[in-house]
Amino acid sequence: MTATLEVRDLRTHFFTRGGVVKAVDGVSFEIGKGQILGLVGESGSGKSITGFSILGLVDPPGRIVEGEILLKGESLVGLPEDRLRSVRGNRIAMIFQDPMMTLNPVLRIDTQMIEAVQAHHDVSRDDARARARDALGRVGIPSPEERLSAYPHQFSGGMRQRVAIAIALLNNPELISADEPTTALDVTIQGQILYEVQKLCRETGTSLIWITHDLSVVAGLADKVCVMYAGKLVESGSVDEVLDRPLHPYTKGLIGSVPSRNKRGRPLAQIPGMTPSLLNLPDGCPFADRCQRVQGDCRVALPPMVEYLPGRFARCIHPHLEAAA
Amino acid sequence: MTVFMVRRLMQSVVVLLVMSVIVFLGVFAIGNPVDILISPDADQMERERAIKALGLDLPIWEQYFVFLANAARGDLGRSFVFNEPALRLIFERMPATLELAGTAVVMSLVIGIPLGLYAGLRPQAATSKGIMAGSIVGFSLPTFWQGLMLIMVFAVMLGWLPSTGRGQVATFLGIKSSLFTSDGLAHVILPAFNLALGNAALIIRLTRAGVRESLLQDYVKFARAKGLSNQRVVGVHVFKNILIPLVTVIGLEIGGLIAFAVVTESIFAWPGMGKLIIDSINQLDRPVMVAYLMMIVLLFIAINLVVDILYSAIDPRVRLQDVKG
Amino acid sequence: MTAPLVTLVPPPKIETPFRRLVSEFMESPLAVVGLVVLTIILLVAIFAPLISPQNPYDLAKLDILDSRLQPGSKSMDGMTFWLGTDGQGRDMLSGIFYGLRTSLAVGVFSGICAMMVGMAAGLAAAYFGGRVETLIMRLVDLQLSFPTILIALILLAVLGQGIGKIILALVIVQWAYYARTIRGTALVERRREYVEAAVCLGLSKPRIIFGHILPNCMPPMIVIGTVQVASAIALEATLSFLGIGLPITEPSLGLLIANGFEYLLSGKYWISFFPGIALLVTIVSINLVGDQLRDVLNPRLRK
Repeated sequence: MTATLEVRDLRTHFFTRGGVVKAVDGVSFEIGKGQILGLVGESGSGKSITGFSILGLVDPPGRIVEGEILLKGESLVGLPEDRLRSVRGNRIAMIFQDPMMTLNPVLRIDTQMIEAVQAHHDVSRDDARARARDALGRVGIPSPEERLSAYPHQFSGGMRQRVAIAIALLNNPELISADEPTTALDVTIQGQILYEVQKLCRETGTSLIWITHDLSVVAGLADKVCVMYAGKLVESGSVDEVLDRPLHPYTKGLIGSVPSRNKRGRPLAQIPGMTPSLLNLPDGCPFADRCQRVQGDCRVALPPMVEYLPGRFARCIHPHLEAAA
Repeated sequence: MTVFMVRRLMQSVVVLLVMSVIVFLGVFAIGNPVDILISPDADQMERERAIKALGLDLPIWEQYFVFLANAARGDLGRSFVFNEPALRLIFERMPATLELAGTAVVMSLVIGIPLGLYAGLRPQAATSKGIMAGSIVGFSLPTFWQGLMLIMVFAVMLGWLPSTGRGQVATFLGIKSSLFTSDGLAHVILPAFNLALGNAALIIRLTRAGVRESLLQDYVKFARAKGLSNQRVVGVHVFKNILIPLVTVIGLEIGGLIAFAVVTESIFAWPGMGKLIIDSINQLDRPVMVAYLMMIVLLFIAINLVVDILYSAIDPRVRLQDVKG
Repeated sequence: MTAPLVTLVPPPKIETPFRRLVSEFMESPLAVVGLVVLTIILLVAIFAPLISPQNPYDLAKLDILDSRLQPGSKSMDGMTFWLGTDGQGRDMLSGIFYGLRTSLAVGVFSGICAMMVGMAAGLAAAYFGGRVETLIMRLVDLQLSFPTILIALILLAVLGQGIGKIILALVIVQWAYYARTIRGTALVERRREYVEAAVCLGLSKPRIIFGHILPNCMPPMIVIGTVQVASAIALEATLSFLGIGLPITEPSLGLLIANGFEYLLSGKYWISFFPGIALLVTIVSINLVGDQLRDVLNPRLRK
């Protein structure tokens, strides 16, 4: 069976005045039907650009320079704009980070939902509106009929994100790419939204890429996890195994940085230093300067992704294997 | 809405009163009206009689109330030059000015919006850079010199268009205007274009800036992620957002056009209010100056009111109660 | 052989904010051209008496027989009038040099005065708040709702002619733009974290206003300043053209153009044309520079 989405060796580079920024530089993963993939990384690690690359929405001076993106085995890279457009919002939908900014402030909710239906289906305005109303109901917005005629500023942040999710669900996509959709929300709202999304994906068989910097979100939500650092994938595997037994020192550091209840009183582990500038990455492992396990050979060449354990990949030549023993 | 209108009307009355004080002080109190109103040959007796008749012996605040009471009855004095009520003179000339300004507004929109959209959507294209350079020249051109050059090229050298006067006037639906005759239209083209050019440049720049700003917003990216066509994204999502600054500026500029018509009317001998005011200033015809200023204030208050109402129609975030005068 | 841990890299050029501004400014060739032209114009205006072929206002030097000569003609005593002569036999080139001097002086001086007045009023409004703010801002609103030319017309009608009076009129017309801008920016800046930090450090209020808020308000002031100087020059020319600006004894570009109006219809274009070009080039180059400054100084458009 072909995966819903397969990304192979994706490279998206930005050609700026100061040089080439390799925002995404060799990312591969696949998602099966109904699966949830957590794409984790710090800001600037290229996780959002990966999401935009899938939809062909990278703005100049950025472009995809290499790699394959296969939706049910069909290549998306290099498709003409109108073919890509029929995929966007229809077969692959997207949810953005800040619900305050994603809805157009001067258009009513129904306008913004109906146009999303009519962009892909030849249906009447009334039918499209009915679909919009159902979608609002499905994401738990009370009295959807009245809310349809409201403007975005009349909704709270959490409600707006529900509207954005409803828009993503409108055309029953095969895949939704969600770019930190709960970061801007209150914790309680965040929990509700996570629950709703998980439920809806299970019900409809929609696959989901959840882009986040928050490992604790991934822990409760995803099936698989991919960790990105400086534009590169550094570790991947099933969510439980990666969290229980991280192979890459960076992943281990990330997990250690999450405050947790049962470690109270002990100093929080942290990763020293900052993410390197993507403009002039040194040879070798990009994490070397911040890594506690760094050795001389780390700086020679970029380590390859190696399958150290079944289904467990890491880009590290000195992984945390001893813990496994 | 009613609350808003009442408050606005009260504010307008205050503005009118303040302006009347300023105008009264400016035009009547500074300088000695006696010297201007009374023939220098008059003997002492005649002078005193005239001073009494004109009420110039009263304290200044009483003079102001006399002026105000007369103004409330629509009597702003008689023109020294034409020996006619000043207000009637203004009303006679006003249609010509409004006709000129109206034509100029339409011209500037027709020229400005398409060029601005183009330059905003393709900021790197050579054509766009040409448009922007042209717009800088357009609003740098001093109106009066640009008018002279238009006359030189199109009237003197090419002989295509007439350069002075309003041409033949016809009445249609009770409105007397030169826009209804071909001769009148030929006469209006050069002065209206002269008046429109600077404005068109402004609209180009405003539209372009709005488009560029809008395109960076998440809601545009989200609209594209929904799979909307480019036409829909630009025509609805971007355009409706740039309408807001456009309406404001156009509203303000209509007032500016009416004022700058002073220059254009002088050059093209267009028989409007602007030419009248320049003549009045040169001949120290104070009642006409006062009448002109008070009419302009009224006109501006009316324009601002219309702009605010339009504003609330376009931008759902603005409710009329919130608008400050 | 072990790989050296420290490699010798040439130290990177430190990008100071100023250096970045300069390099971003240089990105637009048009703006650079504008800056160069503007510099030349300024030099011409400053050294007008030294480089003009003739002192156009020394009536003893003018010969009525030289009047209305075409560009390139020779005078009675062998001087070449590259741009022709006007109705009084005045060399247009010299007239333009002197006119630029007057126009620029009036524009720049009134611009500086207006900026001072506007900054004082705007900062006062932002600092004191309450009644003072309401009063100042109402005045600004009232004034800004009327076109500049209208206010200038009224003022000059009341004040009469003269170089001091036109500068006064230009200052009155312009101060409100500066006041509104600086108050707006100051109010935004006042809520920024760095001001809170300064307050927490216990810095005095004047120190915060002049040392912290004011410098951050300067970018928009510079942009407004360029635009305003350009419009002051245009406005002065317009008023002089209409005959209510500078007196005949202080001939600016506007007056030169007005003098040529009557000859225009008979095809003697040069009397109005060349001073107008000089005026246009001046205003365009100021606006080109201002335009690029606006893009460079606007953090929102930064890549």
